[in-house]
Amino acid sequence: MISLYPKREFKFPIIAECINPNVFAEKKPEEISKLKVWEGNKQKTIGELFQIEEQKANPSENEAITIKGDLSKVRKIGAGMKSGEITIYGNVGTHLGEEMKGGKITVHGNVGGWAGSMMKGGIIEIHGNADGYLGAPYRGSTEGISGGKIIVHGNVGNDVGNHMRKGIIKIYGNAGQFVGFRMHKGTIYVQGDCGDRAGACMKDGTIIVGGFIESVMPTFTIDSLKKKVKVEEGEAVETPFYLFLGDLTENGQGKLYVSKEKNPHLSHYERFLK
Amino acid sequence: MELLIKNGLVYDPINGVDGEKMDIAVKDGKIVGKVDEFRAKTIDASGMVVMPGGIDIHAHIAGGKVNSGRLLRPEDHFRDYEPKTPITRSGVGYSIPSTFTTGYRYARMGYTTVMDPAMPPLEAKHTHEEFNDTPIIDKASYPLLGDWWFVLEYLREGNIKECARHVAWMITSTKGYAIKLVNPGGLEAWGFGGNVTSIDDQVPYFCITPREIIRGLCKVNKLLNLPHTIHVHTNNLGKPGNYTTTLETLKCVEDLADEGKLAIHITHCQFSAFKGDDWRTFESGAEDIANYVNAHSHLTMDMGQVIFTDTTTMTADGPFQFDLYQLSGNKWVNHDVETETSSGIVPFHYRRKSYVHAVQWSIGLELALLIKDPWKIFLTTDHPNAGPFTAYPKIIAWLMSKKAREKTLKKIHPRARSRSLLPSIDRELSFYEIAIMTRAGQAKALGLKNKGHLGVGADADIAIYNFNPETTDQSKKYKALRMAFKRAAYTIKSGDVVVKDGEVIKNAKGATIWLDVKTSEQAEISEEMKRRFKEYWTVEYENYPVTERYLEVSHPMTVKADV
Repeated sequence: MISLYPKREFKFPIIAECINPNVFAEKKPEEISKLKVWEGNKQKTIGELFQIEEQKANPSENEAITIKGDLSKVRKIGAGMKSGEITIYGNVGTHLGEEMKGGKITVHGNVGGWAGSMMKGGIIEIHGNADGYLGAPYRGSTEGISGGKIIVHGNVGNDVGNHMRKGIIKIYGNAGQFVGFRMHKGTIYVQGDCGDRAGACMKDGTIIVGGFIESVMPTFTIDSLKKKVKVEEGEAVETPFYLFLGDLTENGQGKLYVSKEKNPHLSHYERFLK
Repeated sequence: MELLIKNGLVYDPINGVDGEKMDIAVKDGKIVGKVDEFRAKTIDASGMVVMPGGIDIHAHIAGGKVNSGRLLRPEDHFRDYEPKTPITRSGVGYSIPSTFTTGYRYARMGYTTVMDPAMPPLEAKHTHEEFNDTPIIDKASYPLLGDWWFVLEYLREGNIKECARHVAWMITSTKGYAIKLVNPGGLEAWGFGGNVTSIDDQVPYFCITPREIIRGLCKVNKLLNLPHTIHVHTNNLGKPGNYTTTLETLKCVEDLADEGKLAIHITHCQFSAFKGDDWRTFESGAEDIANYVNAHSHLTMDMGQVIFTDTTTMTADGPFQFDLYQLSGNKWVNHDVETETSSGIVPFHYRRKSYVHAVQWSIGLELALLIKDPWKIFLTTDHPNAGPFTAYPKIIAWLMSKKAREKTLKKIHPRARSRSLLPSIDRELSFYEIAIMTRAGQAKALGLKNKGHLGVGADADIAIYNFNPETTDQSKKYKALRMAFKRAAYTIKSGDVVVKDGEVIKNAKGATIWLDVKTSEQAEISEEMKRRFKEYWTVEYENYPVTERYLEVSHPMTVKADV
């Protein structure tokens, strides 16, 4: 197991794609310290920025990295990782686990934007808040999440799960606007409150809003009232939900579940169910 | 500076040199008979292929449309970037590289001259500004004149001479190089939401047909003695069954070709060689076109070879781009360039497993292999429409190696594979023929007398590739061949070594080539014309022409017209 500690407070953005269990595997700390990263426009090595410690552990933990400290300027940690585990105690910068294919990243702190961008597999668990564009592709791209799981225990920013194609995003706090914008498939669960325009332009997939939502887009049509909703295997919310279908502007078949209890102002939709 | 390239295997088709071991001497940016062996810098090219610098007759590398494409597609760039080095600037790719990167990437492949084929006259200043920032390579641009109001009006009146004088004024004032026609008449119709579907359809409000526009501008081209022919993007491009339109377009100028001379260039012919009634019955029309081309000598064309990749389509053909948007559902841009032309951009992914895309891939190669004379068909991808120019080495490998073609054939859509003519074609092009398709033929078609060959007096634009055809069989070792063409061992531009082992080692400014067309009488710029400029254009007549001061390295070619 490798532990990293920042040697100083970082002022400039650091692009550290090499902090990846697959890259670190089979490498000695001396070799790891020579891996290259960019700090601002200067190329540095990991050894210049981090203190590296190796703990002997059982072989199953060989592919594990632990980082302690403030990493809010450090981007692309775990990008493209296929296996192994990264645990971070502290805040992290943007593009965490970009295009990851497997393994697990756990963060005990807050995370910058674009966490889990374009991921294809694996798990990201965030015990703090996450910024905007969680699980959304790069700007302009339509290559959303195509597998894997993201769990956020805090709040998230806007544009969660843009262009999502597969997989699941669970948010136990509140979410900003445009949840599941242009999503194709997959599930987004927001336990708390949700910003406006949830599911805009969605083609298919499921969005579950367990808290308050100010309004449902007019391009969604109410389908039915459900007694409970299944989030994933082994997890369900057992309170009544309105089921809306849309987005009709895109001939979408997406399902938008909205909690009945938390949204009494949407009760006027019920007259369409009779 | 003097330079001596020793012992290379030289392929110089214009001078009939086919793989001879010889030395090339360079002095002051030109090729000379000999130099002082002791003073000159020597490059040992033994076991390497030496060719003139590559020439690209059709690649969208600069201008308003290309730049809109860059803005539209941030996702095209972020995986493909080049950091700055002490010599080169930073930049991004992939299908629409930034200006500097475009220059470096062409130079790395041994290309030294590139033609941007679609410059709306109104965007001429923008195009030239981007040219100034495209390093190393020489550039030129073709103004779009096939839907230009004044041209349509002169042609309707049958006033060819005045039309010629007007076109001369346009080419000189936009600093252009040739007459470009894109879907002639169709773009004007698109201004009213329509299109033309054959070369005999009427253009709304102008009482003129595409046939008259093509023939008229072909005559104008002849009167002006322009070095290149008219450069035509056919009507009905990208629609099943359009190969008949292409054949009609070629036939309609047959009688205008003087003995042995060229009259027309059909560009990205792959997109104009579709057979079938709709996308389901879609198939290749390459054989019919190739048969026609083999029997006639008044034309040249370029491939527009499809590459299986994610790319960006951009043409001045607004209606075609709109159809493509409806087909793909991708994001899109469509633009009406005032009274001149239209344009559109749609990102597009060519997939091996799509029947239509796989057939398109096959059409490009069928055209190149079935047309017997390599002086008539040139290698392009219509960058970035069918694929980025960085894929040229791949195409060279497909053309030179049946094995390489078969390997890709195995991976494409099964129905496309079973219908493709490629398995029945055994032809493998030689280095000599590739040299024609990538430089000599293009130089000849463009009328660039000092480029595309290595004779005494030619510009010292030279590409050296690290591949030895004497010891290696390119047909079997096509991967080595591809690598050699991807990273030139040396690229020499105007006598300077700019690329070594695939890396840019010297930054140079390429020139902008343009035509200074001298007519005996000036074009008539009437008060009426000025009034219409005021009324219909956002740019006034006085500010319209691009002055020579705009070009950082100006390289005018004087042409004496017959009017």
